[in-house]
Amino acid sequence: MTTRASWWERLRHSSLFWPLVALALVMLFNLLFTPNFFRLEIKDGHLFGSLVDVLNRGAPLMLMAIGLTAVIATAGVDLSVGAVAAICAAMATRLVGNVTDVTATPLPLVIMIALGLAILCGIWNGLLVSRANIQPMVATLVLMVAGRGIAQLITDGQIITVYYPPFFYFGAGYLLGLPFTLFIVAAVFLFARLMTRRTAIGLFVESVGTNASSSFYSGINEKNIKLLAYVFCSFCAGIAGIIISSNVKSADANNVGLFMELDAILAVVIGGTLMSGGRFSLAGSVLGALLIQSVTTTIYAFGVPPEVVLVVKSLVVLFVVLLYSEPVKIALDKLAQRKGVRA
Amino acid sequence: MMRKLQIDSKYLPLLVTIVLFLGLYAFGVVQYRGFSSPQVFFNLLIDNAFLLITSIGMTFVILSGGIDLSVGAVIAFTTVLSAYMLEELGLSPIIVIPTVLLFGVTLGAVMGSIIHFFKVQPFIVTLAGMFFARGMCFVISTDAITISDPFYRALALYRIPILGKTFISINVVIVLVVLLAALYLAHLTRFGRTVYAIGGNQHSALLMGLPVARTKILVYTLNGFCSALAGVVFSIYMLSGYGLYTNGLELDAIASVVIGGTMLTGGVGYVIGTVFGVLIQGLIQTIIMFQGTLNSWWTKIVVGLLTLLFIGLQSAFASSRRTRMAARKAQPAAKVTPGAAKLASDVSQQG
Repeated sequence: MTTRASWWERLRHSSLFWPLVALALVMLFNLLFTPNFFRLEIKDGHLFGSLVDVLNRGAPLMLMAIGLTAVIATAGVDLSVGAVAAICAAMATRLVGNVTDVTATPLPLVIMIALGLAILCGIWNGLLVSRANIQPMVATLVLMVAGRGIAQLITDGQIITVYYPPFFYFGAGYLLGLPFTLFIVAAVFLFARLMTRRTAIGLFVESVGTNASSSFYSGINEKNIKLLAYVFCSFCAGIAGIIISSNVKSADANNVGLFMELDAILAVVIGGTLMSGGRFSLAGSVLGALLIQSVTTTIYAFGVPPEVVLVVKSLVVLFVVLLYSEPVKIALDKLAQRKGVRA
Repeated sequence: MMRKLQIDSKYLPLLVTIVLFLGLYAFGVVQYRGFSSPQVFFNLLIDNAFLLITSIGMTFVILSGGIDLSVGAVIAFTTVLSAYMLEELGLSPIIVIPTVLLFGVTLGAVMGSIIHFFKVQPFIVTLAGMFFARGMCFVISTDAITISDPFYRALALYRIPILGKTFISINVVIVLVVLLAALYLAHLTRFGRTVYAIGGNQHSALLMGLPVARTKILVYTLNGFCSALAGVVFSIYMLSGYGLYTNGLELDAIASVVIGGTMLTGGVGYVIGTVFGVLIQGLIQTIIMFQGTLNSWWTKIVVGLLTLLFIGLQSAFASSRRTRMAARKAQPAAKVTPGAAKLASDVSQQG
């Protein structure tokens, strides 16, 4: 009895509890109301179905959420992820060029240059936040606004369409029957997980997020930790940008990653990482991104006009945020305690 | 001597802003023919009337230490709702204008209440408000609706002549009324003092017995009203309603407030500075227009860099204040130490 209770307590207090519950609710809703949501088919050796679709389409969001988790854990925020994705998409497609079956630049070089650009964006954000001491929200706002201008500059204001099949592999390819994007997400997730849980970096990030000045006095180079977080975030956003452009076989500087910064922040918050920094959960953020993607897919599958999606999302944001708010948490804890006493 | 230095640094950002505005204006006059015409200046007011109104509302929010990201979406929603009610439902402007203003006020009050009572970061709540208002635009209409209502048309076309050939629009008059009301509110009422106090330190304000809850909610309500009013002004200016209008306007509004010398951490700043912040953005746009060869997104880049510059200036001020506080801490007056240390750590955390 006690072990069961403590197991329940542990789960309830785990950061993954609420996102799991929400995801389960969405899945239950789909089980009951959306026909064929759980049907999986194998066509040409590839797995198809709504679930795979959610995973595949959610890949860019999951990547951004992983990157943003690091930044939010340092008590910052990065609003420029969408714009960085657009810059990377623009650069990658520009380098591939629009000649059929031929690439203007070797593919590894394309990826390296595009991601290098993303890292530069991250360094810019990181320096503004850590060295110039500018509020993160505002510092990254600058790149959010100017970034799309830079992307326009790279594409000359055109929508660049590419016709080089190997480039499509990143966004639309399959490996072992599963979308290749999933392997990218898994690799980035594992990398982030190893870096934060198997080295001291994760602790440093949490410490900086909890109290930057006391971290500084205990010998942590808080400035470089922050810088690192922003660079990692932009790096993830850059990969997301390449996936998006490869998936739609083009790059439109105005639309790649538009409004995704908001979804990404939401994913991180749903995942249980507090906006005020400190403890973070990478798995929670990935779950949060999956939740957002499945809600979006469900809404579309249900035949709701896309216009309503924004309204529904806003209400979901509000609901989740209220769930995490302090007064509600205290009330819930009280409720749980009262139950415990009665038992 | 210390005291004098403090007062100087208080007015310095505002002074920098005004000097920058005059400098830019002088640059325009020297560089381009026809720039000196008073109409160029009046056009600044006419074209930026909606931005002025919403930025004035935003000033109060930022002064109180908060932020509101929903203003652009609320303006867009107001234009769509106005156009829909006027054209599709055939309602009279006498009903339409109060209704849309009421919507803005309600949304602001709801967001303010959530921010205060649930202790949620303003940034997230207003982000949700932004999604909500944008979404509602498209629920009402996915296309642009042209306003053909005679009253709106008359307002849009009416010109108030000033000094002979030059003129201003009705919208500018609305802006001036809003500005005067805002100046009165900020500097001559208890509400204004409380807003400054909350922005300076919410805990202290609460301990001083100031009505923190009421004031915080009122600030967001006021901003909701301002955005809705800006939406009315914008629908008069554009004579149409569309859900994609004023995309990213919240950034322009925040930039105006910051360029106007208001601290993003709250508690320091002036409404009049915001007006100059908007005018500087307008001037940059006008200069780029007069230049003729530059791409219009250069405006965004220049405004972005200017915002950065001003925030850099602010953090420099903040750190100089921190050192001053540390100096005071070293003095034997031990009583102030905990508060000062708390404030300093607040500043360092937020800044």
